[in-house]
This record gives sequence, structure tokens and C-alpha cells, in this order.
Amino acid sequence: MLHVLAQVDTFNTPAIQWYAVVPELLLVGGALVLMVVAALSPKPLPAGTYAWATVVIAAATLVDAAFLWSDVQDSGPKSIIAGALGLDGFAVFFMVLTCVALILGSLFADSQLRRSGIDGCEPYVLMLLAGTGAIVMASANDLIVLFLGLETLSIALYVLAASDLRRRESQEASIKYFVLGGMSSAFLLYGIALVYGATGSTNLTTIQQFLADNVLLENGLMLAGLALLLVGLGFKVAAVPFHTWVPDVYQGSPTPITGFMASAAKAAAFAALLRAFYVGFAAYQHDWKPVIWVLAVLSMLVGSVLAIIQTDVKRMLAYSSVSHAGFILVGVEAASAQGTAAALFYALAYTFMVLGSFAIVALVGPASDGTHDISTFRGLSSRRPVLALTFTVFLLAQAGVPLTSGFFAKFYVISAAVDTKSYALAVIAMVSAVIAAFLYLRLIVAMYLSEPEGEAAPRGPKVSVPAAAALGLALAVAFTVIVGIDPSAVIDFAHDAVPVLVAGP
Amino acid sequence: MSQFLRGYLLVPIFILAAVALVAVLLGIGSLLRPRKPNPQKAIPYESGVDPVGDGWSQSQVRYYVFALLFVIFDVEAVFIFPWATQLELYGTFGLMEMFVFIVILALGLLYAWRKGVLRWA
Repeated sequence: MLHVLAQVDTFNTPAIQWYAVVPELLLVGGALVLMVVAALSPKPLPAGTYAWATVVIAAATLVDAAFLWSDVQDSGPKSIIAGALGLDGFAVFFMVLTCVALILGSLFADSQLRRSGIDGCEPYVLMLLAGTGAIVMASANDLIVLFLGLETLSIALYVLAASDLRRRESQEASIKYFVLGGMSSAFLLYGIALVYGATGSTNLTTIQQFLADNVLLENGLMLAGLALLLVGLGFKVAAVPFHTWVPDVYQGSPTPITGFMASAAKAAAFAALLRAFYVGFAAYQHDWKPVIWVLAVLSMLVGSVLAIIQTDVKRMLAYSSVSHAGFILVGVEAASAQGTAAALFYALAYTFMVLGSFAIVALVGPASDGTHDISTFRGLSSRRPVLALTFTVFLLAQAGVPLTSGFFAKFYVISAAVDTKSYALAVIAMVSAVIAAFLYLRLIVAMYLSEPEGEAAPRGPKVSVPAAAALGLALAVAFTVIVGIDPSAVIDFAHDAVPVLVAGP
Repeated sequence: MSQFLRGYLLVPIFILAAVALVAVLLGIGSLLRPRKPNPQKAIPYESGVDPVGDGWSQSQVRYYVFALLFVIFDVEAVFIFPWATQLELYGTFGLMEMFVFIVILALGLLYAWRKGVLRWA
């Protein structure tokens, strides 16, 4: 056997830069170890073990991302594993974002999932795998690798959505997400095929070079490919008109999982959108920018307006996440370094806000995690003043009030739009920010101004805040407020993280 | 028609050929065969045994897990067979790659086993 293997090696295996894929390996390896340990242990592990293990794995990945960041700053961006992945500031930015979402997500999920009767390692293992997919998507230098990351992320999320086995809505959310997500993946894949047909490559670096050097005489194939890619990615970022799955899926999934979906999954889809369109298809800017323009306007307006008329808080936040996707699309539409940095800043700020918001919705809601009617928030300020204040910070940040990270997030995307002379888009963004503000104020009013009437009126359930969730909320509030006062560190980080494509060796 | 599109001309030709083939075969059959209807012939064919129950009967949900595991290991075989024919070419690198792949799948089986999925109870 051995002498056969020792024969001359004629198959050229790609050089693998192991140090650059350590984040992915850490997350996948951690997920596998967690799964096997949980399966082999004869007794159930103490409560919270899985969540804290996930936090440790994600924190280790975060530390490694810091090393990769300094490596990228020192020796410049590079392309690794035969051009399949790119290692640049952009990829590291989304590693950081994904790890933040994993840490906060598992801190919030810990007690909440147990409270609604979901035990076991599965949600955490799947979250880690979804995080891996998100990182692969953000660093993908090749459309096929991008698709691979997207599927890793999506399949884990389909299962996560169904992780509440006792609630029908959770199953319903999963099957809706799965069927519609499968459709959108098919669109994306067909788009990749058409772009390959038009350019002769799936590698974004090669595509960018090809489009810069050649003018396609018959570009119908290319345009159809771009359109299909936009449909596939538009579905994942939940832009109108591809948003119809969002309210049902966000409402049905277990609440901590919803927060993870709205942060990591959305951000990863934006990463793919930015890398493929802003850099890869830069030559076709004039064709895809108007489409993004329409998507951004529709998402902002439809998301804000539909959010206002909801009575369920989770549906409200779901529609508001659609409108936030619209705001990030404003940054994408600018197709400038400034706009991209603004979109990155927005995605990171939104990660903290949305995870915190959904965590509080979960804490205040009933143990069954079933309905989250706005009336459960009535008089929260007198029952749990600190929790009400925390929620207020997140809501004001989402509304874009100064002294919160949300203000700078909106400010940067709108000023990026103004700088590229998209005045109409900037005005529409400001108008829809005002519309959306009404929604957040409605929740704040419910918490502070409307007491349950009389003694007979049922007070909401007793709200307790476990230590892990409190730690997560403290982190999220600290980020939201500190960045709201001094955003310079984070916006510099975002400016250094604008994607670049480097040809493989 | 451009040269590019002409390359795809084969696709509609194949579709037409497929439709025509089915039409011709069924047509010849219906022209040649004797026509003697009887109720026994209308019964669904179940390997020669008289059919039991109706066609829409539910199958046990327990089979689902086995079906799932079967698909996983079926797909594994799809990857392993082509790899095995080229093992010498891939060398140690290929061996390690497949080792990693199989170990990850085996961990999945281990998990399924510990979760009691393989027990028929």
C-alpha cells in the first residue's frame, strides 16, 4: 500500500495557507467537539456548558481574527487556497462581526432556550456551523465558494428555525424558510452559471479582470446573471420585494435564534453582495446600481410602514430589519469606498442593536416563546426599570437618535449617498427613518407611559434576567452608547475593511 | 442566429426527439396490441401479490431517519468511488482529505447512535 502512495505525485494540490483558515477550522472543530462530547457524555452536562463553550470558541476565533487583521495590515491583502478565498480587511471585519453575533447570540440563547424547554447542544453546534458559513461567504473569492458558504449558513439556519419542537409556528417557520431559501439558492446558482457563461470564470478576480479588459458586445447573458444573483442575495438580506418570508420566519423561530438570523445571516449576505457587486462586477456598476436603488427605496419604505401596523413585537422588529436592510443597501448603492465603509459600520452597529432587542423581547415574553404582543411591554419601566432603559437604548439606536451607534450608522450611509449625488435616495432614507421612528417610539410609550389600567388588568409575567443574558445586554448597550459618542475607532476599522480582490499566485 | 446560440440548437432537437420517441413507441403499441379490457388488469401491480390497502397509505415515520442516514452514506460512496480510482495520483494529500471527510461523517453517525436513532423501539 505504502509504495503505491509513494509514487510520483503529479496531481497539483493547491498550497493551503493554514494560518488564514484558522477561524473556520476553530468554529467547525469546536462544533464537532461540542457535538461529540455532548453525545458521549453519559450524564447531561451542567446547564449552560454548551453556551459557555460556544462563547469560548467564538472568543478564540475573535482573538485569531485580531492576529489576521494585523497580518493583513502588515503584508497587505492576499488570495489564498488557489484563489478560492480572499484574506483582506473585509473578510476579517466579517469574522469579527460573526464572532460577536455568536458570543452575544449564545449568551442570550443560554437561559432562554432552557426556559422554553429546548435542551441540548444542537442549537449551539448549528450556530457555530452557521457562523462558519457566514465567514466563508464573506471571504469567498469565487462564486462557487460563495454559494458553498451560503448553503452552510442557510441549512444550519433552517434547522435552527425549527429547534422549538413543541411549537408549531417554529416548524412552520422552518419549512417556509427552507422552501423559499431553496428557491433563492437556485436563483443564485443559476445566476452564477450565467455569469460563468458570459465571462468564462467563477473566480471573482478573473471576472473583474475580464470585465475590465473586455467589453461584451452581447451582454444579455451577463445582465441576466447579475439579475439572478441579485434575486438570490436580495432574498438573503431580506430586501423588498424578496422579504415576504421575514415576518413569519422571524416570528416563528425561537427568539434568540431570530436575533442571530437578523445579525449574522443578514451581514453575511451583505458581505457577499458587496464583494461580488462592488468589486467583482464593478464594470457593470451602471447596470446594477439602479436595481439596488429600487431595492433600497422599497425596503426602507415598505419595511417601515408595515412595521408600524404590527401588534406582535417580533413581527415589528422583523419588518424593521427589512427597513434596516434598505438603509444598508443605500451604502451599497453608493458603490464607493465611503459607501462600503458606511454599510459595514451599519451592519456591525445593527448586530449589537438587533441581538439586544430580540434578547429583551425573549426575556419579557412568556416562557413558551409563543406570542409577544406589544401589551406585554406595558409598564415595563415600573417592573424592571433597568431592562426598560436598556430596551429604550436599543430602540433609540434603531431609530437613529444621536448619542447612539444607530445615528452614526444612518448618518454615514446617507452622507455616502449624498457624496455620490444620489440626493433622492438620501431624502427617501431620511423620510423613512422618520416613519420608522414612530414604531420605536410606540414601543417606548408602551413601556413608560401606559400602565396596566386598575388592579384588575393583568400585569405581564414576572421578568427575570439571568446573569449570562445580563452580561450580553451590558456588552451590547456599552457598544451602542460608546460608539454613539465616539465612532472614530469603528469607522476607521470599517474604512480599512473595504474589500479588495487580489489575483491568486 | 449567432454561433453561440446555434451551439444550443441540440437541446430543442433532443427534446423533440424524446417526445417523438415516446409518441412513436406508445403509438405502435396501441396499434398492434389486442384490446381485451378486464377488471383484473386495472389493479395496481405490486410484484404479483394482490394489493393491500390503498395507494395513499402512510409509511412509518421511523423509516425517515434510516432514509436520511442512507442518503448521507450513499452520497459518501459517490465521492469515495471516483476518489479510489485516482488515489495513486492524489497521494498522501488525497488520503488525508478523504480521511477527514469520512471522520466527520462518522462523527455524525456516532451522534445519531448516541441519540438512540438506530434503535428500533
